[in-house]
Amino acid sequence: MYKYDKIDQQIVDERVAQYRDQTRRYLAGELSEDEFRPLRLQNGLYIQRHAPMLRIAVPYGMLSSRQLHKLGDIASKYDKGYGHFSTRQNCQLNWPKLEDVPDILAELATVEMHAIQTSGNCIRNITTDQFAGIAPDEIIDPRAMAEVMRQWSTFHPEFALLPRKFKIAVSGTQQDRSIVQAHDIGMEFYKDSNNQTAIKVWVGGGLGRTPILGSVIREHLEWQHALTYCEAIVRVYNLHGRRDNAYKARIKILVKALGIEEFKAQVEAEWAHLKNAPNTITEAELARVGKHFEAMPYEALPAHDANFDAAVASNPAFAAWVKRCVHPHKTAGYRAVTLSLKPHGKAPGDATSEQMHVVADLAEKYSFGELRVSHEQNLILADVKLSDLFTLWEKARANGLATPNIGLLTDIICCPGGDFCSLANAKSIPIAEAIQMQFDNLDYLHDIGDIELNISGCMNACGHHHVGHIGILGVDKDGSEWYQVSVGGKQGNDASIGAVLGPSFSAEEMPNVIQRLIDVYIQERTAEERFIDTVRRLGLAPFKAHVYAKDEVAA
Amino acid sequence: MSNLIKLSNGLASIVEDDWTIVKLPTSQVAERVQAGKVVLFKLTGEKTITEEQIADTILPEGGKIIVPLSVFIARRSMLESRIQQGSVGIWLATHEVLEDLAGAVADINTLPIIAIFVERFADGRIFSLGTLLRTRYGYKNELRAFGDVLRDQLFFLKRAGFSSFQIRADRNSQDAIASLNDFTAPYQGAVDEPQPVFKRYNRGA
Repeated sequence: MYKYDKIDQQIVDERVAQYRDQTRRYLAGELSEDEFRPLRLQNGLYIQRHAPMLRIAVPYGMLSSRQLHKLGDIASKYDKGYGHFSTRQNCQLNWPKLEDVPDILAELATVEMHAIQTSGNCIRNITTDQFAGIAPDEIIDPRAMAEVMRQWSTFHPEFALLPRKFKIAVSGTQQDRSIVQAHDIGMEFYKDSNNQTAIKVWVGGGLGRTPILGSVIREHLEWQHALTYCEAIVRVYNLHGRRDNAYKARIKILVKALGIEEFKAQVEAEWAHLKNAPNTITEAELARVGKHFEAMPYEALPAHDANFDAAVASNPAFAAWVKRCVHPHKTAGYRAVTLSLKPHGKAPGDATSEQMHVVADLAEKYSFGELRVSHEQNLILADVKLSDLFTLWEKARANGLATPNIGLLTDIICCPGGDFCSLANAKSIPIAEAIQMQFDNLDYLHDIGDIELNISGCMNACGHHHVGHIGILGVDKDGSEWYQVSVGGKQGNDASIGAVLGPSFSAEEMPNVIQRLIDVYIQERTAEERFIDTVRRLGLAPFKAHVYAKDEVAA
Repeated sequence: MSNLIKLSNGLASIVEDDWTIVKLPTSQVAERVQAGKVVLFKLTGEKTITEEQIADTILPEGGKIIVPLSVFIARRSMLESRIQQGSVGIWLATHEVLEDLAGAVADINTLPIIAIFVERFADGRIFSLGTLLRTRYGYKNELRAFGDVLRDQLFFLKRAGFSSFQIRADRNSQDAIASLNDFTAPYQGAVDEPQPVFKRYNRGA
C-alpha cells in the first residue's frame, strides 16, 4: 500500500499543528461556534448526541497492521475501547473529547493517518472496491489512481468550501463493487480499443434525500486527464451549485436542473481550458505511486490444497464460513477473507480495541501486514494462503470475527443512527440487532441466500438504504421513531433505487416485516433466483400485500 | 489600525489601505444570491441588483475607489477620467459572473485592483473566481478578498490567486498572517504554484 514520503508526512504534520491552533482558538473563544464548525468538520469532527464523533480517514479502505494497532490503541486510550467502520470505508470514534482531538491526530500522524476532509463541504475520502488488486474480474487496479486523486483533492484550494459534500468512487472491475453510480463523481476504469487505460465518468449520482443514479458525462477519458476533468466538473459545481438550501446543494440537483447535456457542455467548455494543464498526470507519477500497489510477493502454490479440502469436507462450520467469507483471488493458492463485523446482536461495523489488535496480528501473520475496510463495513484480509485458512478461521472465530454471514441477511449495512448521531431521526442499530436475532439460524440464513439489507437512521442515507435489496429508513412522525421500508434497490452495474413499500412501521414490527418479505420470497422464488431477482420479476405487489395483510397483523 | 494584509513578492505585511470600497445601497436579495445558477439569472433572467440601487450608489468625489461591477457598467461615463488616472477598481460579489466583467473592460489589466466580496466565509465560489481571473483572464494586478474574510481561509485564498486580504474588522490581522503559511509544500498545482508536487520534486521512483 502507499507509504508516505517526507512531503506527505510534512502535510499531515502541518495539518496537526493547524488544527491544534484552531482548537485552541475555539476553546479560547476566538472562534465562534459557526466559524469553528466548518473547520472541525473538515477534520471529521462532529458534535454528536453524547460526545463529539471523530471520523478517521482510511483512504480507499487500505490499512496496515501497524495502523490498525494504532487505531486500537487510540480507541482504548481516548474512547470507550471500540471503533465503528463506516460505509465510506473510514473508522469512527464515538466518544473522543474535543480537547483531545489534536493529540489523537498527532498519534495518527505517526502511522501516516489523518482525518482530513472526512466531513464538511469538500471532496471526501475516495472509495473503491475492497478486492482491488486481487479480484479475478479486475481489469485495472484503481488504487494508484485513487491515491493520485487523494493527493490532488487534499486541501485543493479552489474546492475547499463547496456547496455541499462531494464523494468520488473509483472502480476497475467488470462487476462494479464501488457503487460508482451513487457518487457525485464515479470513475470506472477500463481498457479501451487501443488497450489504453481509460475512464468512463459518471456524475450526479447520490443517495440522501433525493436518491439519483449518476449519468455518464464522458464515455472515454484518457487517465492522464482524470484530475483536470474532475477540476472542470467540480468548478462548474462550485460556481453554480445551490448554496441557499443544504438539501438542494449536492451536484445531482445542479445536474438535474440543467440537464446532463447542458451540464456536460459547460464542463467540456471548462475542460477545454484545463486539458493538458500542469495537473495532468504523468506516466512517471502514476508509475511512482503504482509501485506501492504492486502484487505481493506471492509463493508459487498449487490451485488446490488437500488439507483445506479435507477440512471443508469434514467440518460443516468451517465449510459454511468458507462459502460466505472466503473469496476468489487472482493468484493460485490464495484467497481473500472477509472478517465479519456483523455478529448477531451487535452493532454492525463495530470492532473493539482487542478485535482490532487481533485483526492486525492476523493480517501481519497471514496477509502481508495489510487489510482493507469494505463499504459493507467488514474487514478484509486480501492475500491469505489456502493452507492458512483453517488456522485463520479458528483464531477469527475465537474472537467473534467469523460469523459466516457475508452477503446474507444479517450482514446488515447500518449507520450509527439515533444512538449516536445527532442528525438521525431514529435509531438504526437496535433494528439491525433485532433483525439479526430474528434470523439467528445459520441454516435458514444460508437458505435465504444472497441479500442486502441496509438501514439508515435518516434521509442522509449513510446506510445506503436506497440501494439495499431491502432498505430501511428511520423517519420521525410527531416525535416518535418509525421505519419506512423499501424493496428492490441494488448496487452494482445494474444499480437501482428501491421503491417504498407503503406506510411506515414501529420498531417492534420491523423483525416481523422483514420476516414477511422473506416469506414471500421463499414461497415465490424459482430455483436459482436471489431475493432481488424475485422482486424484479414480480414487482412490489405480492410483498406489499403480505406485509400489510390485515388478518395477519394481529397474529 | 489597518486590517489589510498584502502580499508583495510573496511576503505578507499589514499595510494602510488607500482604496475606498463603494457599497451598494442595501437590497433584499441576500438569500437569492446563494441559490446559484439553478435559481438565479442564468436560467431565470432575474437581476440581483436593481436600477435604483445603481442610481442611488454614492460615489466619493476624490480618492481611489473600488466600485461595484454593476455601477461601473451603468455609470462608466462619469467615471472615465478617474479610470484614466488609475483611480478606479471594480468589485464583484461571489454570485456575479466574470463574463460580465470581461465584457465591461477591454483590457482587464488596465484595472489597478479587482476585489471580490464574500458575504459568508463558507462561500467557496470566491476561490474559483480568483482562479479564473488569474488563469483564464490573465489578470496580473491586485486581487483583493473582502467581507467575511477570516484567517482560516487565507491559505486557500492565496493559492487561488488573491494578493490582498481585508480581514474582518473584529479580527486581528497580525495573528492571521501566520495562516498564509500553514502548509509548506501543497500537493496540487494552483494559481500561486501551477506545478503539482510531482512536477516540482523528484519523489523517487
